[in-house]
Amino acid sequence: MITFTPRDKVSKNWTIIAPILSIFLTIFFGLLIFTFLGYNPLETLYQIFLSPFSRIDRISDIFVKACPLIIVGIGLMLCFRANVWNIGAEGQFIMGTLLAGSFALLFPNVETKFFIFIMIIIGFIGGALWAFIPAILKTKLNVNEILVSLMLVYVAMLFIDFMVRGPLRDPMSFGFPLSKPYSQGALINKIPFPGIGYLGQLHYGILFIILLIPISWLFVNKTLSGFKINVLGAAPKAAQFAGFKQNTITITVLLISGGLAGVAGVIEVSANIGQLQPEVSFGYGFTAIIVAFLGRLSPIGILFAGIMIATVKLGADNAQISMGIPKVVTGLFEGILLFFLLTGETIQKYKIKWVGV
Amino acid sequence: MGWGLIVMEALILTIIATSIPLLLAATGELITEKSGVLNLGVEGMMLSGAVGAFAAVLWLGNPYYGIIAGAFCGALMASIFSIFIINFMTNQVATGLGLTIFATGLTGLAGAPLIGKTIPSLPKIEIFLLSDIPYIGEILFKQDFIAYLSIAIIIFITYFLKYSKPGIVLRAVGDNHQSAHSVGYPVKKIRWYATCFGGLCAGVGGAYIPLALTPHWAEEMTGGRGWIALALVVFASWIPWRIIIGALIFGGITIAQLVGQSRGWPIPSQLLSMMPYLATIFALTIISGRLSKNNSVVPSSLGKPFFDNQ
Amino acid sequence: MAIKKEPEILLKASNINKSFGNFVANKDINISIAKGEIHALLGENGAGKSTLVKIFYGVLKPDTGTIAINDNEVSISSPNSARKNGIGMVFQHFSLFPALTVAENILIALDTKIKFKDLISEISRLSKEWELFVDPLKRVSELSVGEQQRVEIIRCLMQNPKLLIMDEPTSVLTPQEISNLFKILKRLASSGCSILYISHKLEEIIELADQVTILKSGVSIATIDAKKTNTKFLAETMVGKEITDLKKTKSISDNRDTALELKGLNKNKETDFGISLKNINLKVNYGEIVGVAGIAGNGQVELMEILSGETLCEKDDQILLENKPVGFKNITERRQLGIETIPEERTLHATVPNLTIAENTFLTYFFKYPKANDIISNLFNNPHNSKIESEKIIKDNDVRCPETNPLANQLSGGNLQKFILGRSLANNPKVAIFSQPTWGVDIGAATSIRQKLLNLSNSGKAVILISQDLEEIFELSDKICVINNGALSKILPVAQITAEDVGLLMGGKLKTSDKLETT
Repeated sequence: MITFTPRDKVSKNWTIIAPILSIFLTIFFGLLIFTFLGYNPLETLYQIFLSPFSRIDRISDIFVKACPLIIVGIGLMLCFRANVWNIGAEGQFIMGTLLAGSFALLFPNVETKFFIFIMIIIGFIGGALWAFIPAILKTKLNVNEILVSLMLVYVAMLFIDFMVRGPLRDPMSFGFPLSKPYSQGALINKIPFPGIGYLGQLHYGILFIILLIPISWLFVNKTLSGFKINVLGAAPKAAQFAGFKQNTITITVLLISGGLAGVAGVIEVSANIGQLQPEVSFGYGFTAIIVAFLGRLSPIGILFAGIMIATVKLGADNAQISMGIPKVVTGLFEGILLFFLLTGETIQKYKIKWVGV
Repeated sequence: MGWGLIVMEALILTIIATSIPLLLAATGELITEKSGVLNLGVEGMMLSGAVGAFAAVLWLGNPYYGIIAGAFCGALMASIFSIFIINFMTNQVATGLGLTIFATGLTGLAGAPLIGKTIPSLPKIEIFLLSDIPYIGEILFKQDFIAYLSIAIIIFITYFLKYSKPGIVLRAVGDNHQSAHSVGYPVKKIRWYATCFGGLCAGVGGAYIPLALTPHWAEEMTGGRGWIALALVVFASWIPWRIIIGALIFGGITIAQLVGQSRGWPIPSQLLSMMPYLATIFALTIISGRLSKNNSVVPSSLGKPFFDNQ
Repeated sequence: MAIKKEPEILLKASNINKSFGNFVANKDINISIAKGEIHALLGENGAGKSTLVKIFYGVLKPDTGTIAINDNEVSISSPNSARKNGIGMVFQHFSLFPALTVAENILIALDTKIKFKDLISEISRLSKEWELFVDPLKRVSELSVGEQQRVEIIRCLMQNPKLLIMDEPTSVLTPQEISNLFKILKRLASSGCSILYISHKLEEIIELADQVTILKSGVSIATIDAKKTNTKFLAETMVGKEITDLKKTKSISDNRDTALELKGLNKNKETDFGISLKNINLKVNYGEIVGVAGIAGNGQVELMEILSGETLCEKDDQILLENKPVGFKNITERRQLGIETIPEERTLHATVPNLTIAENTFLTYFFKYPKANDIISNLFNNPHNSKIESEKIIKDNDVRCPETNPLANQLSGGNLQKFILGRSLANNPKVAIFSQPTWGVDIGAATSIRQKLLNLSNSGKAVILISQDLEEIFELSDKICVINNGALSKILPVAQITAEDVGLLMGGKLKTSDKLETT
């Protein structure tokens, strides 16, 4: 029998060991399942976890893939810290992209790169507006934000599908559901490296992360607002006692996370796609939930978590090509990883002992 | 019977068929939540049930094996969930999400070889004589096994919760787990059972999709039904028979938009497809406003991990 | 009364040991309970009383030790087996299910099968026989605390227990209910049922018990004849040192300025489980302590929230501070105006358990920084800057910390309460409002907290004390009123009201106007 005894203080050692151990256990159990379903475990291991590191351009693609995950993950970090369960970042991502994209399509001939900044702001607004629905329903009518934000993902998916097949469809697209291409000003360019040229798809959108990580670190660790968010998540009544406005905080974190999801969408599409299409997200909004947890709800953790999960995503792409494994298997690893990470949190708080009955 | 009636009857039959997966999954989740466990992995358990049922029928030929396989897969997923949230006391919201993500991946992988294949549907069972009653006979007494089963489960659950001692114990555990522990009930074990029953129902609900609605396997073929089922429990205010009403309403909305699409209503199909999701948000909003005043129907320990200091 | 000749031993526990992690809750405890005896278990909070009886009732398993009933060694592995051995228990915080009916609550603890009809008639029979009136079809959430206790007792009586364990049963009762309970317990004992009675109230034990066993830090230090001892001896044995009395030096004059006034305050309940506040009038002057007595769940929480500003009034002039309306001011604004509240729940309400003491100081302190809400100062006024303040609070209030700047949950209940108090007083309030300030803290800390309250009013501050502990109310207050079902009685000077009247008011059995108006 297993018994749990509460620790006097959260174990510092386990705070570091748990995520690392979780990763190894996840790989182990994941491969076990693959073996059970008849795949070669070693080849799977190589394809999913190592092949993304096999070439320099592939490595830079990891950063490209991690980019939206980290941006959305940082936003979700704020929500989860405040104990607000926004699981609809996918929908906010889509709506931000759609709003910014529709704006971009209004100006087909803009050249100036300044335009992208306007798009980012509009993307933020689009995502934030979509998150505002669960925010207002939760704070005014006590409606569960989990279900509402999630339902809105399906609505957003259908809505963008309708837009690119209908009002926004490029008449020259030969019946494909695609919008007109963005103008030059609405695109994010790849970064040229002197002497090497481009490194995979590595683009200037990465700069946004370089800004976002330190700002969000300062915000959560060094500001009153960050403190308010933490207190609300840890003890809502204490937040009330301190005079922090619970509804304001809830709405704010939802708006910021929705907004950041929208920005992630703008950067992703402007850098990699360059036009609107029915599928713009590929599940980034959902995966970012795992990223936020794997990063232990801290900005630096999320940076590393984003890179790690991006690796697995790219690995799964490779595995699909080389082994015919469906891409959704990344969910398998993400799910197991989340289970172990959460267990790790329990182990930090409790000592576990095996006792003979 | 005129054509209108035949169409009407067909329509009602499809609405019932569409609502059955929701009905089963929501009923299972209701029992789980009554014990104080919030399982957000319903979508994942339904998916597992669907893939398990499809594979079983494909290999064994008989659709009834699909029911057993679906129930087993759903319960298996629920037991994975239980290990983490009950024994390791992890956050129920995050773990439930994790379960859905995990099951999406797992079923995608396991279902890859099944894509493009077809299985036979569950046969309809006519109840002797009753099915000949005009108008309602075909609707009520010529259904498949799962349809009858789901009604039986609802009746059973209603009785179980209200009058049986185990049912009272289950409610007690969800109401105040510390008291239940003090009185001497094994809180964790009871939650395990309740969660697994929830998984079993979700599994059968998921199985119904390939067994009766579309005889193919597709990735993420549950299409958010698990989430709607979760909302249905709130909609029903944790009262079993109200789930039937809720499920039929959602079944009706789903069919209405399909009919709308096929009849060429001047509304874009995607906007029609949004209907069930928007209706869910709408229903939640209406009910939640009422619930926040009258919160005695919500199981008090819902979502809270139980720690017994031995 | 117990038979003095040859006490037949019902339950004998030997060498009971139990620890949780590094914390030793019970150490080598030996105790024997005779048949038909009322045996009291006395000790401070944390002395190990509850742990011991939970072992007897099978909720906890002892690490080592044996329990014998009628000289036969038994293994009590679960509450079910305890009940099989004839042991029943009434828990301090009850083990009831609010959403279930009384009958369902009783059924759930029955180990035998019974038809629902028979159950109802059995409940009615017992409640008549023992004068424990309760409606079996009512939901427990609709019952008063006293009625809930009756349900627990009936639940035990259904099993015909040989030993009834009662864990701090009187902390939630009015004096009248207490004397009723004592009658029942004495009757039970004389019918041959032993009673293990846990309390930290000394007078009760002297009045009720035959034997008393005193626990201190998990060790049983003495078992004495309760009829041959006095409260002073019991208290000093329990605490292990002499108890200092409170210093009450008070110059009572009638000419004082009004500090805080509540006028016709109404507030509808927000949820089904809440209590509506009905036409509350309350006045507290500078240099005065006004005690608000009442049984838990009669609107104290709601009153506290509306006084603190956590919820706002419906009208601005329902609360007046020095005759200026503050009903629309939020909690931070009220703090700035000099109203400080110390809520009942120390963790999760007054403090955040997994934040440091410095951060917890910041919780009610941040408004002192200039423009704490604008973005630039936001950057520099972070919680860690309040280390200096927190260290001062720790030093001034003798808060014992295991390390510098520990997490709030590393502090003991008493020390945490001292910190919370010190934090509020550091804001130098004009009016201080306390809810159950000494609930669950050890005697030493309780005495020091009570002394602080007295000093506060002596230094001219206005104090409101909301407490369930009548002894505390009478000891500290200058004026007393009672809250019952969301309504407040008339405020009377402490000399003009007896504990019995207060008890009747608490139970809603007496309207202030009936009798007290004229006195």
